[in-house]
Amino acid sequence: MAKDLSKERQLASLDYSRYDFKTGTESYEVILNKGLSERTVKEISAIKNEPQWMLEYRLKALKAFEAKPMPQWGADLNGIKFNDIVYYMRASEANREKWEDVPEYIKNTFDRLGLPDAEKKFLGGVGAQYDSEIVYHSIRKDLEKLGVLFLSMDQGLLEYPEIVKAHFGKTIPYSDNKFAALNSAVWSGGSFVFVPKGVKVEIPLQAYFRINAENMGQFERTLIVAEPESQIHYVEGCTAPKYSSQALHSAVVEVVAKDSAHVRYTTIQNWSNNIYNLVTKRAVAHKNATVEWVDGNLGSKVTMKYPAVFLLGEGSKAEILSVALAAKGQHQDAGAKVVHLASNTTSRITSKSISKDGGRASYRGLVRVAKGMKNVKSNVVCDALLLDDYSRSDTYPTIEINEPTATIAHEAKVGKIGEDQIFYLTSRGLTETEALTLIVLGFIQPFTKSLPMEYAVELNRLIEMEMEGTIG
Amino acid sequence: MDLLSVKDLHAQIDGKNILNGIDLSVKKGEVHAIMGPNGSGKSTLSNVIMGHPKFVVTKGSISFEGKDVLELSPDKRSRLGLFLSFQYPFEVQGLGFSKFLFSAYKARFPNKKISVLDFQKLLKSKAEALHMTPEFTKRELNVGFSGGEKKRAEILQLMMLEPKLAILDETDSGLDIDSLKLVAESVNRLRGPDFSAIVITHYKRILNYLKPDVVHVLSEGRIVASGDMSLADELEANGYKTVLQKSAMGRGAEK
Ligand SMILES: Nc1ncnc2c1ncn2[C@@H]1O[C@H](COP(=O)(O)OP(=O)(O)OP(=O)(O)O)[C@@H](O)[C@H]1O
Ligand SMILES: [Mg+2]
Repeated sequence: MAKDLSKERQLASLDYSRYDFKTGTESYEVILNKGLSERTVKEISAIKNEPQWMLEYRLKALKAFEAKPMPQWGADLNGIKFNDIVYYMRASEANREKWEDVPEYIKNTFDRLGLPDAEKKFLGGVGAQYDSEIVYHSIRKDLEKLGVLFLSMDQGLLEYPEIVKAHFGKTIPYSDNKFAALNSAVWSGGSFVFVPKGVKVEIPLQAYFRINAENMGQFERTLIVAEPESQIHYVEGCTAPKYSSQALHSAVVEVVAKDSAHVRYTTIQNWSNNIYNLVTKRAVAHKNATVEWVDGNLGSKVTMKYPAVFLLGEGSKAEILSVALAAKGQHQDAGAKVVHLASNTTSRITSKSISKDGGRASYRGLVRVAKGMKNVKSNVVCDALLLDDYSRSDTYPTIEINEPTATIAHEAKVGKIGEDQIFYLTSRGLTETEALTLIVLGFIQPFTKSLPMEYAVELNRLIEMEMEGTIG
Repeated sequence: MDLLSVKDLHAQIDGKNILNGIDLSVKKGEVHAIMGPNGSGKSTLSNVIMGHPKFVVTKGSISFEGKDVLELSPDKRSRLGLFLSFQYPFEVQGLGFSKFLFSAYKARFPNKKISVLDFQKLLKSKAEALHMTPEFTKRELNVGFSGGEKKRAEILQLMMLEPKLAILDETDSGLDIDSLKLVAESVNRLRGPDFSAIVITHYKRILNYLKPDVVHVLSEGRIVASGDMSLADELEANGYKTVLQKSAMGRGAEK
């Protein structure tokens, strides 16, 4: 592929300070044995010095996890061996992978993205103790002045137990599904964000700023509480592939948008292709509130993720925008869920998927309109792009409308890139790979343009690299 | 030496013969016109010269600057200096026109080090010559372009990519009177020893501006008549009937 100099320059000038982490001297020596039991849960809770109610919550969740059968729909989860998993590792341990063990393709990607060494090590899971406090510090000062809380979930629980207790597990109860139960039992890390009434945070809050192993853990737990009339854009994840030797990652994200609040939550995940990534994300939107999920999924072995919004208050809005790229050996089972529980609520779901080299992308969506809710509008668009004949795309939309005044539009398209379209671009001097790449980038452009600039650049670059492997 | 030399070219699609022995030579600096009834194979000839993979060349040769191009992919042909202005340009959702053209420009001129800014300036000046606003180049490639806008966008690409040989496949169809004049003037400005063109059209109007050196008539996958502008005059006056009859008689006499 011809070198796109401008893009490389753009990339080179990215502010990598957000990744800054320096090597510390402390090291923790806590690692639990493989397997899950009441004892494991108690140990985790004890290490964290948690209030009693959280321990009780964890134990109830463990029971629910054990009682619930494995989901029999969606992706094939038979490869998960619950007894082989380490459920808790302290920061330094979580990063005790050997650089030699990081797969070659991931190292190559790092090189080609031009990432600094320290970041490579971190993403490769071999970073030692690191700490981004310096970068984070000034931002935290500004946030503090506004009364915004932005902490790790563990710290949030210790420092603001009342706020956490009032909201934790309320949007996603531990009994919601097997993996939410698992997360509720063994969660560690993740973020806690609280935005006071009327405060509008203008810059996107990036989890990068306080990146640490706990935050990027296997069972991270995030809670965002946006008080009335507040505004927040939270960004997590990163476009570069992240390696972990632990095969199961199961996060829970809860968002509460109170009256007239506006929350946007952007995620890009690119796990190494040994990972089962099973995430439960749900938001509740109160009167006139808006919740937007922007969700990009690359990599992993299996991803199951259906960001949901429950529209509880009149006039509330949901927007769910997702992209999934399923490459060789990958199954991206992603989608969206909106439940209209109030009148005059609107939702828009846009799902784009790309399948290549035998990968499989499924859209699984639900739109439900409760009885008696007037003037509900919902618009669902699923676009799938197949890059070859042996990849696969499926759509499983469920629409349940119990209300005659609702306006629901659903449109699903599966496309292949036409020979004529490629000929048109190649006749202008672009190689077939370049032509395909431009078509794919164009296809996901509605997603890319909603990302912060540096993410958009990285995502495009990453897709270019993925595509280079497609042909020839 | 001929810039483009097509010899006894036969091509088919899905086993159906479309081109049945085309001979065509274009010298440096020449402009040739090709006219012919609907379905006679004009677009097919353009596509085959440019290398569309869906057509199978069963016989004959195509060489450009003395080089056999039949085995070359379309992008390689483009980089040699061939260009096709499409009869029906394709849309690409989400791909910005100028982003696309910048990639194409760098592919066409790998040795030119041009900054995004200089490229934008160049694009702007060429777009202005075609009375296209800068907003236009920010749009998605051909998406929602009107028929005439698509044609002008093709010519804008041509002007940026500076081909040695441009094939204009019915670029005039769909252009209003003023746009047709603008486009013709832009193409005329390119004329010179290093620019040749094959202009496919159904109408004489564009030829009045471009003053082709040779006019060909294509029918059923063969060039059945060649001549000067008077051939186009005759077609305009009498339609294809007499020209095709004459050629049929001529071929009858050969046998
Ligand atoms: N994909 C295809 N499958 C089958 N037949 C085709 C295909 N493409 C072209 N043809 C046929 O080839 C013949 C020549 O088509 P072509 O487009 O080259 O004609 P043309 O001379 O450009 O016509 P027009 O003046 O209408 O543009 C037509 O009969 C057309 O139907
Ligand atoms: Mg045609």
